[in-house]
Amino acid sequence: MIIEALIAFTFVAALVTFALPDEYANKAAAALSVVPVLGSLWMWAQYDATGNALLGGDIAFETTVEWLDLAGYTLSWHTGVDGISLPLFVLTTVLTTLAIVSAWTPISDRQSQFYGLMLFMEANLLGVFTALDFFVWFVFWEAVLVPMYFLIGVWGGPRRKYAAIKFFVYTNIASLVMFIGFVALVFGLGDSVSSFDLPAIAQATRAGEVGSFAGLSAGALRTAAFLAMFVGFAVKVPVAPLHTWLPDAHVEAPTPVSVMLAGVLLKMGTYALLRFNFTMLPDVATALAVPIAAIAVISVIYGALLALAQEDLKRIVAYSSVSSMGYVILGLVAYTTYGVGGATFQMVAHGLISGLMFMAVGVMYNVTHTRMVGDMSGMADRMPITSGIFVAGAFGYMGLPLMAGFAAEFFIFKGAFESTIIAGNGMALATGLAMFGIVIVAGYLLFAMQRTLFGSFRLETDYEVREAAMHDVAPLAVLLVLVIALGVAPNLFFGMIQEAVNPILGGVL
Amino acid sequence: MLEPLQTTLPEWAALAPTLVLATTALVLLVIDSIDPDSKNALVLAGTSVVGAVVALGLAGWFLLAGTGQEGTGGPIYLFGDAVVVDGMALFFMAIFTAVTAMVCLGAYDYLKDREYQAEFYTLVLFAATGMTLMAASNSLATVFVSLELASLPSYVLVAYLKRDRGSVEAGLKYFLIGALSSAVFVFGISLIYAVTGSLVLGDVAAGLQGADQFVGIAGIGVLMIAGGFAFKTASVPFHFWAPEAYEGAPAPVSAFLSSASKAAGFAVAFRVFVTAFPVGEVVPMGIDWVLAFQVLAVVTMTLGNFAAATQSNVKRMLAYSSIGHAGYALIGLAALTAGGQNGDVLGASMTHLFVYGFMNTGAFLFIALTEYWDVGRTFEDFNGLATKAPMACVAMTVFMFSLAGLPPFGGFFSKYALFLGAVENGFVFLAAVGAINSALSLFYYSRVVKAMWIEEPSGDLEIGSRPTGLYVAVLFAAVGTMLLLPGIGPVVETGQSVAAALF
Repeated sequence: MIIEALIAFTFVAALVTFALPDEYANKAAAALSVVPVLGSLWMWAQYDATGNALLGGDIAFETTVEWLDLAGYTLSWHTGVDGISLPLFVLTTVLTTLAIVSAWTPISDRQSQFYGLMLFMEANLLGVFTALDFFVWFVFWEAVLVPMYFLIGVWGGPRRKYAAIKFFVYTNIASLVMFIGFVALVFGLGDSVSSFDLPAIAQATRAGEVGSFAGLSAGALRTAAFLAMFVGFAVKVPVAPLHTWLPDAHVEAPTPVSVMLAGVLLKMGTYALLRFNFTMLPDVATALAVPIAAIAVISVIYGALLALAQEDLKRIVAYSSVSSMGYVILGLVAYTTYGVGGATFQMVAHGLISGLMFMAVGVMYNVTHTRMVGDMSGMADRMPITSGIFVAGAFGYMGLPLMAGFAAEFFIFKGAFESTIIAGNGMALATGLAMFGIVIVAGYLLFAMQRTLFGSFRLETDYEVREAAMHDVAPLAVLLVLVIALGVAPNLFFGMIQEAVNPILGGVL
Repeated sequence: MLEPLQTTLPEWAALAPTLVLATTALVLLVIDSIDPDSKNALVLAGTSVVGAVVALGLAGWFLLAGTGQEGTGGPIYLFGDAVVVDGMALFFMAIFTAVTAMVCLGAYDYLKDREYQAEFYTLVLFAATGMTLMAASNSLATVFVSLELASLPSYVLVAYLKRDRGSVEAGLKYFLIGALSSAVFVFGISLIYAVTGSLVLGDVAAGLQGADQFVGIAGIGVLMIAGGFAFKTASVPFHFWAPEAYEGAPAPVSAFLSSASKAAGFAVAFRVFVTAFPVGEVVPMGIDWVLAFQVLAVVTMTLGNFAAATQSNVKRMLAYSSIGHAGYALIGLAALTAGGQNGDVLGASMTHLFVYGFMNTGAFLFIALTEYWDVGRTFEDFNGLATKAPMACVAMTVFMFSLAGLPPFGGFFSKYALFLGAVENGFVFLAAVGAINSALSLFYYSRVVKAMWIEEPSGDLEIGSRPTGLYVAVLFAAVGTMLLLPGIGPVVETGQSVAAALF
């Protein structure tokens, strides 16, 4: 019941925060959001499961309550975590608290509404990563959009309305496409499954029980459902060329919202890809390995090249997310323990590192009121701590050893090189191409750092530029510690991830 | 556990919700005749709200206790089979009384200091009485009489603001089209009577069996009856009155008409078509009313949604969106097949009307609130409203997203239950058209939300006092819409089980 308790607590916390007067909202939201953090850490400490939530074995903190019968399909409140969802669950709670603290300085307007929406979003995100019934999952999945729409639309930058609508329309249509694909798959299962229970559906589809439906043969239905779901999730990830909403949303969103967007929301897409496409329809994934690997490589390289071309620090970080998420796709399509496990690890690592980078850019922006690389220079003189953390985060992004990014990318590349999913050395070739992305990443990050942080300070302002407040820097420090901890000891999570990944690859439970 | 009604009370007591509403209306007349010039809104609104809530309680009690349902003696037939009380009738009575209670509560502030308040509440309650009777009609004669009982007060209510040209014009338009539809409807009834020799729905079905040589006449009769329902439910092609009437009418009346009155039309349509013209028997004769409703559903959804997307006036947008929702509810009839999961899809349609009763009434009551504040009617007039009245705007946001079918609100589930039911019965295209329309509808619903929360307030936006009655009604509807997602289980299951009892 711990999962339900945490979700319910977060919803209540959101309501309480919404009703509070503005002057207390920021501290109250931060204090309330600590409870889910402690709860999720307790879950992590107590975790002893060894299975995969969809494919059987031991699942931790599982709850099943029958809910209702809808058009012959049973819906249940079914939740639980395995080694794939628990790391993301912990990531969500931790990142939300840090994002809330990082909002203290930039958010000065309608505070109780802002923090209420952040907590409301957290509650739904926790639901997304734990729900094991499609309908419950979909409700949470869609409900994340509503607070995000307001968070960008109300508190964002000058083009916030455009960005909010674009985000909303893109992701909502994507969800609809995905929904249709999944429901068609379930109808294709016919009488063998009469519920929306994800484990039941996953096991039935893997057992080859999909029949024909609506004039499509079984094979065509599986492929069509895979494609519909892939497109739906790919928008969320996002992979090139479906990524165009992302830079707009990121640039217009206030810093804490960018942190949540890059840190957790993008993971919803890759998490769902892993859970739905790669777990339920492995044969279609294998058949489509070449185009998917190509998409992954294109995302990596194209995202990195786009980042290279940006002048706005925030845009640089935003586009590099496209690139990093490309690695996740590459790991998934490799379909080996290290590939899929590394992809999951990269979700967490990228959540922490991109959160760190966005926060660092945000802290500098709060002080300088500019994010343009060309305007800034010598920031390290005036803001040494922030600059130092920014450098460390950038190193993490580039994949320097002993940082979370290195571990994640190492796992992915190892898994992808070993993969035989594409005939010949196709996967090794794709991996080699994708690795070239690291070089570009290093290029643009070093270039950006050199121009913004080093050299002599020359920003002309009528106020003093100096180190940010303690509560601005503290979340950065926490994130940096976590990035290094995961880099030094990847087994904090990687062991449980591997155990949950093996059943997907057909290993023994 | 609640005892079923049959074991403790006389059978006619099953009509208690109707009787309570009628009595309340009469009591209001008495109050009015004691002090005709009274503007004591508290007494009038209070009486009507209490009456509606008591009726709601009775309907809910009977429904939960299983009155008139399988397992407790089956439907209760009264007055020579002219009236039947079963689960479906009680389900719809619960919708009407809930909407009536919210509308009367909202009207308390809206009508303050206006003339003819007693008449207003009396007419609302008489119309509600007619609607509850519509839900329980088992004879085409009762259908017609109760439909008129619901309609005539509605015409007056639309024209209630008699010094406002828009209101009077809307009332006149509504009345003229209503009269025409009634004529069409009653002519259709006469044709059916000519063919079958009966007006009681069950006997009509039996009479049609041996009437092969009169198929043409019966077909025209069925078509004309369908036209009458299309008017009442504001479905294409009899929808032209709806935007005018909803826009011109006082906002609480728009809420009442677009939620309760529409649901009443569906209540009759469901019962008449399912009982009197069973799919399995009538369609093979060549009277394919299911096909007619498929066309109606698709056209109504699409036209309503596209027209709503082009409006600049929020109330008018809601009016057109209400036409679109009639299209969704029509799926309940359009997706019926001989021997399919008919109870599921019809029950889903009823569930949608139930959820709609909350979210749409709430939306129109929010409009009543803005009219009370003289905010203006276009999307631009709503700019920045959230900075002035955040709670009401949260409620309106809930209504808009729920109407669009977005989780985590009630409208999401009722729509998907509906679409799933259609797919189950093999009508994938109905579900597809519905889903596309839902996606489109998000565009215009989110315009309201965007105006309220995201746009900067225009300089002169001032809102006055916070009317308690309207606020309570709006928040009640919002809470209802929210709770209908986790609480949808009992509603859907009740709806589907009482609908299944019809087949």
